[in-house]
Amino acid sequence: MISVEDLSFRYSDTSFRLRVPEFSLRNDDRVAIVGPSGSGKTTLLNLIAGILTPEAGRIDVAGTDVAQLSDVDRRRFRASTIGFVFQDFALLDYLSARQNILYPYRITPALTLDAAARDRSEALAASCGIGDKLDRHPNALSQGEQQRVAICRALVTQPKLILSDEATGNLDPDSKSRILDLLFEQATQAGAAVLAVTHDHELLPRFERVLDFAQFREGAAA
Amino acid sequence: MNALYLAFAYLRYHWGRSLILTLVAALILFVPLATQILLSSSERALVARGEATPLLLGSRGSQLDLTMAALYFSDERPDPIPMREVEVIWESGLAIPIPVHTAFSSSEFRIVGTSLDYFDFRDVEIAEGRGLSVLGDAVIGSDVAETLGKGVGDSILSSPENLFDLDGVYPLEMPIVGVLAPTNSPDDQAIFVDIKTAWVIQGIGHGHEDVVTAAEVAAGSDAVSNAAVVQYQRITQDNIESFHFHGSQDDFPTSAVIVVPNDTRSATILKGRYLDTELPTQMVEPAGVIQGLVDRIFRIKSLLDVVTTIIAIAALAAIGLAVFLSYRLRAREIATAVKLGARRGMVLRLLSAETITLLLVSSGIAGVGAFIVSRNAESWVGWLLALGS
Repeated sequence: MISVEDLSFRYSDTSFRLRVPEFSLRNDDRVAIVGPSGSGKTTLLNLIAGILTPEAGRIDVAGTDVAQLSDVDRRRFRASTIGFVFQDFALLDYLSARQNILYPYRITPALTLDAAARDRSEALAASCGIGDKLDRHPNALSQGEQQRVAICRALVTQPKLILSDEATGNLDPDSKSRILDLLFEQATQAGAAVLAVTHDHELLPRFERVLDFAQFREGAAA
Repeated sequence: MNALYLAFAYLRYHWGRSLILTLVAALILFVPLATQILLSSSERALVARGEATPLLLGSRGSQLDLTMAALYFSDERPDPIPMREVEVIWESGLAIPIPVHTAFSSSEFRIVGTSLDYFDFRDVEIAEGRGLSVLGDAVIGSDVAETLGKGVGDSILSSPENLFDLDGVYPLEMPIVGVLAPTNSPDDQAIFVDIKTAWVIQGIGHGHEDVVTAAEVAAGSDAVSNAAVVQYQRITQDNIESFHFHGSQDDFPTSAVIVVPNDTRSATILKGRYLDTELPTQMVEPAGVIQGLVDRIFRIKSLLDVVTTIIAIAALAAIGLAVFLSYRLRAREIATAVKLGARRGMVLRLLSAETITLLLVSSGIAGVGAFIVSRNAESWVGWLLALGS
């Protein structure tokens, strides 16, 4: 799913530098990335998603060399191939849970909002246990429910890769476990790989592999 | 469509903020529009009445006071001129003189004593009843009828005042014999009587045994609108013959005389006859007087325009700041959209859709308001111009 070779990246205004000689992820892998703050974990996710572009090296995601795509193509690629789950959920307060799940279809022409997408959002919500809360706005949902909405949003586009940036960081211990189970379960059903940044070492045994990022970082934090 | 969908969802969810921004923007758009419409209508109404009155004869003094009193029946009360001035005009054969006596009022509406020529000259129509025919008859304007809830068959009582310091004058009860069709002019706010009736109110003419006593009032008359009035005059079939005037009619007063010349030449000749500043009377052209007033109003309007512009700029800056702060607050949403693969320009499109939606709704509200003002401008301007009359 992901193949990274000789990746090099630096932020222009800092001495931070990220070097990843080699990294790979298979289609159904569940891989955790750990490491100290500022080691470049989120930066790697952004590079894989095409939000940032590397100085050198190759990032191949689902057979596409992301770094070689134009900005427009990277956006289209990101919208159609990658699902994002964020620590702060990043739900929009003015949209209902249903509208939040379908939000990716509203912001890019790479996705078409059709009946199938709507049905898929309903099914995902039902399987995540929030089927009866789709008309609620985020402020009327618990944190766990908000993260379930965020997971549904990440999966509704049927991505091949889920990038999770400390998705359980704001949840209590019970919810962390349930949300991670749910994420893996839904990813398995969708046939998507999961690459998750986490600080929570208790959750690491649930992943198939763990990548310690401290080895890749050079210089000060970004 | 998606940008509009999201914009509408955002505006609807934050409806309080959206409502305030919309109303403020609508006000900024509406106030100058409404002011412009009303001022234009005022100018048209003022100038139209001025232009429809070729010449005006009155006592020497303020031309504006004379014009306002004779054309708009305002509170200004120019010194009266004697009726012999009317005869002088008649005898010249150059014009038709129409006396206008505006010294009295009833229930805040001006009583206009005039001749039948006035109705032909102004081309006003009787909507109900008939015109003036008998001493004491009153024909009321449409606003008077509506405001007082009176019509043909009712009566109206002149206010108990005595401008010319004559003792022993009682208010006069006048039967309403006609109601004028609306004209959106000061005529709607006037009570028309024959000038002889105005003289009766003034105490120059009177009858005998024509005073209604307090006892009669107590017995039940619905004509009294002022509780302070306990005695008043009433002209009836039985006593009309006894009404008479003391002195020569040539000396009786009129507030002004509308002069309708036969042609331009006649007008020029007549104007020339009143150029002598030693004369106690003057001939004015109302159109010129009104145009001077309008010019003055529009000079003030220019100042108002500047003030309005400054306020609008300040308000727009405040709206801009509110929108900018709103966008700052939504930085996280924008970052999320970018991460999820939002198309280039999507964020700008989304924010533009919100701003344009707000402006469109504001413009719609302002437009509806302006339409309503425009539809009612004539009647509102007529009412505004009649204020203070």
